[in-house]
Amino acid sequence: MQNYSIFALVRHALNGHTTWAPAWRSPPLKESYDVVVIGAGGHGLATAYYLVKEFGVANVAVLERGWLGGGNVARNTVTVRSNYMRDASIPFYVKSVALYEGLADELNFNMMHSKRTMIDVVQTFPKMRELRRRQLTMDIYGSTYVQISTEEVRRRIPALTGGGPDARLPVIGGMVHTDAGVNRHDAVAWGYARGADARGVELHQQMPVINLLRGSDGAIKGVETPRGVVRAPKVAVAVSGHTTTLTETVGLRLPLRTMNLTAFVSEPVKPLVDVVVNCPDSGFYFSQSDKGEMVIGGAPDMGQSFRRDIKQHVFEDTVTAMLSLFPSFRKLKLLRQWGGHLDIAPDASPIMDETDVPGLFVTAGWWGGYKAIPAGGLTFAHLIAKGALHPLMEPFSLKRFKHLDYVMESGTTTAR
Amino acid sequence: MMLIPCPFCGNRSESEFAYGGPVKPDRPDSHVTDDEGWVAFLTTVPNPVGPVHEHWWHVKGCGAWLTIWRDTRTHDIVEGPPDAG
Repeated sequence: MQNYSIFALVRHALNGHTTWAPAWRSPPLKESYDVVVIGAGGHGLATAYYLVKEFGVANVAVLERGWLGGGNVARNTVTVRSNYMRDASIPFYVKSVALYEGLADELNFNMMHSKRTMIDVVQTFPKMRELRRRQLTMDIYGSTYVQISTEEVRRRIPALTGGGPDARLPVIGGMVHTDAGVNRHDAVAWGYARGADARGVELHQQMPVINLLRGSDGAIKGVETPRGVVRAPKVAVAVSGHTTTLTETVGLRLPLRTMNLTAFVSEPVKPLVDVVVNCPDSGFYFSQSDKGEMVIGGAPDMGQSFRRDIKQHVFEDTVTAMLSLFPSFRKLKLLRQWGGHLDIAPDASPIMDETDVPGLFVTAGWWGGYKAIPAGGLTFAHLIAKGALHPLMEPFSLKRFKHLDYVMESGTTTAR
Repeated sequence: MMLIPCPFCGNRSESEFAYGGPVKPDRPDSHVTDDEGWVAFLTTVPNPVGPVHEHWWHVKGCGAWLTIWRDTRTHDIVEGPPDAG
């Protein structure tokens, strides 16, 4: 793998930038692999990387329907945080945040990680009580949440000029989560892809999986693609919204619904907000990118959806809520808007397990899965390689539904 | 903007409605059904790439509950509620 450094940059610049090697190979598709990972998104690529690096599994292929890193890893709002509610969830996200902070060094790829703090702008007392309750649990696991006054919220976010005492929902305070940050989503996908490729993982783009295939013994035996059958004793599904579409090809129903979540981005402006701002009572959040754009996330569409775009009335609701707190944003031109489809379990927590089809593994239900990519990949690789769940993921197995042992995180994500 | 056909008010904007969740089978008798059926009822709903059957509530309108078949790929309403007559 060619190393990226200032010296490499100078050397290649002297050659007119004609000597850079491709970041990964495009090998021909083989007939069989030890592990086939479906989906070259954040979770799929991280899983392939850790399968080889941490568990020494050779002969891994990642099959991607579109292009590498073009699904939800390209559609999220790059927020990395660990402010969850349950004892099961918080240690996992603390681990993921820690892995993110070392990722640029590990992958020799600039993640532009900016640990810039998230501030929740709280406008109702029930929400404040809920966040203080979260604070107690987060304290146990080394995540940070601190309550601040309305004056302190306004001091730290000068653009927050709405939500005064006469507003329908006045700002009553805030919570500060110093572990939160943002980084560069393409770098996460490309960094893991390059690291996996260097360790021998084959990345196959434009390679949709049409069907999963079971053997006569009921176990998984491979996948069907337009270029023929690819055999593998282990198949790992990391496809976000289309998990059930794939598993239903082998008759497997999963407790997941697919929904569409929207985001949009403004024109670039001068530095104005230096933290991630989350307004749970108004239903939007945003951060300012390094280029100066406001990257804004809103509420999901009501009902199930595979549409991957933005609904006008969700867009209007989100903008209206945002302008009530940030009236100066009225002047901002919005450049792009998009949606992404995610699947969500009844308790809004992820699902990671080997399914009832032996050899078929799923990682799904990642509602806001961007922050979970490093730890999600690491723990999924652990499951695939060792056949047992990583201790951090034991509460998130499919078995939890059999015992109705929910890890209830509804309400701690943008899901409503 | 999705227009939802209310049997009383005609086609109305989606913003007047609240989503009522997918239509589920009747609640099984927990003394009769097995564990698997009970868990499936509580946790699992159809997740089709295509028409899905769901409840909506015309909460900012006449207050009626209605069910529609909506295509999850396009948001087209492929089958509305019967007319109230």
